[in-house]
Amino acid sequence: MYDFNYHKPSSSNAAASAVAGADDGKFLAGGQTLLPTMKQRLAMPSDLVDLAGCDLSGVRVDGDNLVIGAMTTHDAVATSAEVQAHIPGLAALAAGIGDQQVRNRGTIGGSVANNDPAADYPAACLALGATIHTDRRTITAEDFFTGMFDTALDEGELITAIAFPKPAACAYQKFPNPASRYALVGVMVAKTGGGVRVAVTGAGENGVFRAAEIEAALGANFSADAAAGAAVSADGLNSDLHASAEYRAHLVGVMASRAVAAC
Amino acid sequence: MPNLSMTVNGKAVQGEVEARTLLVQFLRENLDLTGTHVGCDTSQCGACVVHVNGAAMKSCTMLAMQAEGAEVTTIEGLADGDTLHPMQEAFRNNHGLQCGFCTPGMVMSAIDLVNRNPNPSEEEIRDGLEGNICRCTGYHNIVKSVAEAARVMGS
Repeated sequence: MYDFNYHKPSSSNAAASAVAGADDGKFLAGGQTLLPTMKQRLAMPSDLVDLAGCDLSGVRVDGDNLVIGAMTTHDAVATSAEVQAHIPGLAALAAGIGDQQVRNRGTIGGSVANNDPAADYPAACLALGATIHTDRRTITAEDFFTGMFDTALDEGELITAIAFPKPAACAYQKFPNPASRYALVGVMVAKTGGGVRVAVTGAGENGVFRAAEIEAALGANFSADAAAGAAVSADGLNSDLHASAEYRAHLVGVMASRAVAAC
Repeated sequence: MPNLSMTVNGKAVQGEVEARTLLVQFLRENLDLTGTHVGCDTSQCGACVVHVNGAAMKSCTMLAMQAEGAEVTTIEGLADGDTLHPMQEAFRNNHGLQCGFCTPGMVMSAIDLVNRNPNPSEEEIRDGLEGNICRCTGYHNIVKSVAEAARVMGS
């Protein structure tokens, strides 16, 4: 990778200033995507601002919300007593990201900011109706994920935490690519105050999306059969060497029905 | 160039590195601790796994600077003199390696696995080693090794 200037500030304000003051500054969270990208020279930031010293890690309960700091690792989410007690489906999702070594370093804020179209956390954010907190504002998950690797974050805007409203029940099921283990299709089903919400990752041309057909079917009849029976359109789904759009559409129904069964 | 200090295998070390220096480069090239291997260099194979503050991490996907002030343990830090760590001993007893290239990472990952789950099932061992690739053994004897070491470490 190309060399860069390394900074390790001790507050999120200082981190934001460091990125703002750099030619092409980037925040460094767990680095599990950014560093491989830089090694391939697909990114060459002038400055990396390491967030490890900014006190952005940890899980707390705030009324009906579970608030997870942006630098909380996948492993910390998976093993958190609070997450397991209040949103066990989220803890289980985190326990299935990447492998143990990646979970020990990768962070929820990094994953959400990157918005990889096959990442797991975006499905949880969208299905649970999470709110993304930044150093400037709060953004609903609906408004946040704007396309493949694209988010509503402005230049230099820093995610500080993600707030998940506690659902009545939720579960995530994914069909991992046998080689990469990334979600070929991943589906989060949540029973929330606002009805049943179903979010799909891995399948959409524009990244994570809500499956309206399955939400309608489950709203009428919350059962695995109803999820499996809802016709999911292949329009707008990815077709690549891993799977055709039609196969992905089929998998969305299968994963949704498994998720309902696990709720 | 930035200065760096950390504790590696119980010993305080320091060095001057480029910001882009990876932890595995620092260990191998600055400290001559070449037991930690670079296999794929893309954070998939796990040959580079070391412990950072007790947790298994892929040292090819971590900057040396990110380990500033940390306690790092490499494969060289496991044995107590001539006495192998129970995980190393179990790999030897069960023929848990053939060419040996993946073994340092396997052993470090397996110790983290057993520390988290002292009595893992075969399925949990296989699942826990998802981030480590071996091209010789077919994994069977590695799984046996980890199961045996878990029994020894727990006793």
